[in-house]
Amino acid sequence: MSIKQKTLDLKQRMQNALQGGGAKAIEKQVAMGKMTARERIISLLDPNSFHEYDLFVEHAAKDFDMDKKHLPGDGVITGTGTISGFPVCVYAQDFTVAGGSLGLMHARKIGKIMDHAMKLKIPIIGINDSGGARIQEGVNSLAGYGEIFYRNTQASGVIPQISVILGPCAGGAVYSPALTDFVFVVDKISKMFITGPEVIRSVLGEEISMEELGGARVHSEITGNAHFFTESEAECFQKIKKLVSYIPWSNKRKAATFPKKAPKTKQYRIDNIIPTDPREPYDVRDVIKAISDDSDFFEVQELYAANMVVGFGRLSGQTVGFVANQPLILAGVLDVDSSDKAARFIRFCDAFNIPLVTLVDLPGYLPGIDQEHAGVIRHGAKILYSYSEATVPKLTVILRKAYGGGYIAMCSRHLKADFVFAWPTAEIAVMGPEGAANIIFRHEIMNSPNPEETRKRKVEEYKQKFANPYVAAAHGYIDAVIEPSETRKFLLHALDISAEKDEKAPEKKHGIPPF
Amino acid sequence: MKKRKKGKKDSFRLVVDDVTYITNPNKMFTLRKPYSPANPNIVSSFMPGNIQKVFVKKGQAVKEGEELCILEAMKMKNVILAPADGTVKKVNIKEGDIVPKNHPLVELQ
Repeated sequence: MSIKQKTLDLKQRMQNALQGGGAKAIEKQVAMGKMTARERIISLLDPNSFHEYDLFVEHAAKDFDMDKKHLPGDGVITGTGTISGFPVCVYAQDFTVAGGSLGLMHARKIGKIMDHAMKLKIPIIGINDSGGARIQEGVNSLAGYGEIFYRNTQASGVIPQISVILGPCAGGAVYSPALTDFVFVVDKISKMFITGPEVIRSVLGEEISMEELGGARVHSEITGNAHFFTESEAECFQKIKKLVSYIPWSNKRKAATFPKKAPKTKQYRIDNIIPTDPREPYDVRDVIKAISDDSDFFEVQELYAANMVVGFGRLSGQTVGFVANQPLILAGVLDVDSSDKAARFIRFCDAFNIPLVTLVDLPGYLPGIDQEHAGVIRHGAKILYSYSEATVPKLTVILRKAYGGGYIAMCSRHLKADFVFAWPTAEIAVMGPEGAANIIFRHEIMNSPNPEETRKRKVEEYKQKFANPYVAAAHGYIDAVIEPSETRKFLLHALDISAEKDEKAPEKKHGIPPF
Repeated sequence: MKKRKKGKKDSFRLVVDDVTYITNPNKMFTLRKPYSPANPNIVSSFMPGNIQKVFVKKGQAVKEGEELCILEAMKMKNVILAPADGTVKKVNIKEGDIVPKNHPLVELQ
């Protein structure tokens, strides 16, 4: 054969492989409202940047007549490309090929592209759309999953790992996304569960739809497994592109810097956001937007444990991770879920050299039997652990209430915050004035001829004396009491001078966080 | 994405340390179930499964450790034992029933 003929032969072979599961299967995929695996990769990456590898990989299974079956690419597409110029490794399971089921070679392709990502120190993005293990391949498909989980764990904290759920992701398959840093879901398309509705029906006699059991909304609002809820695949890819712009390629780098932009101060007037009555709510995201470059805030886990707000923004062009109590929801209390949410986000930022900015306004921990029994002690400890462990620049602004254990937990000086600022509206105290006065002056109130009036007077006295930032300032627990309008200026300067911060954790194999 | 509702003056209230805050619940808060203490006289299923055999009848005296029923769950035949001496007040199950977790199986007195 001449080179020309050989090239033609190659083209023919590629043509065959690129058809995936064929026209009929593709039709079915489209009818489900889904893009094909290749279309997904192309929409996610920069135009013409996708380079595919292992196109000619075939399965090697023999049992159950598998040797007679030809599965193009073994049901998964792998390769490299760029997103806004940032290099990424990517794989996408192809549901049109044997339902995207995971066999040995399918898993090897994923493992190989993950190994590339680790060597090249660039992010890995996995698009999941699979019926699960390829039962015909038996224990080999289990081996495949296990090898992916191992790689996810090794890569954790070294390169950013992003999972995109664009179809079913059931049984063992759910644990790869669960081990990655960010999980994207799309309403009515994503489905994640360990045991599906059929098993639940046969074992329990309970009827539940896939959507109610493990749909995008369930994982965004209730379980916290998903980090980004989107309405369509197109919106999902836009959000992934945005996320990639905030995070570095690996733990050896810093996130890319963008041109500095002032916040939209006409829209977000920092002096007018917070009601002075500490019992009144407001949206803390307005404070973030009053501080961040271009008033941009990219929220993570927006629908889950909304009493805590976490997400990315930029200060002077540099990515920071914002962690803030949300008085609009449950008065911004710490509870089991909000502690988990914040702790995980803090650890991501710390692993990837992203400075932390914490905005504090909380009454304490959520009281309740359900909270105690759900382990608020262990879960609450995670936030202490992750803040204490973090060595990136840690900047804290106390906006209003900072009571009790909540004050300590929200990146206080005592957990080695680098800079702690407080607004004049801050109330840093062992507990809320009412509770404190009721305990300290209990006898005085009880024995007075008019207990209610005495109580009110004592609460007022306590407020005058302790519900302010100056007691803590007198001890050096906060560095400066600042006007709200000076917040950005102070944060930018603190960030600037922390650029070379070099704090080392004591040498250890790893800590033992209260999982 | 829909915008979260702004807090209204007369909306949800939460009390922490004697202070009443005006705020809104989140999804998990709305799904909370009220706590009810466990009744030591009620023997409940510790996991979902099906009732393979029932050994006791209403009015029957049982001794601590006596077999009450077999709950087949996760391919295991679990023998459910009486936690204390007593009399069977009520049997809530029959053979072949499928029961969820924490379902009252047998009531003693």
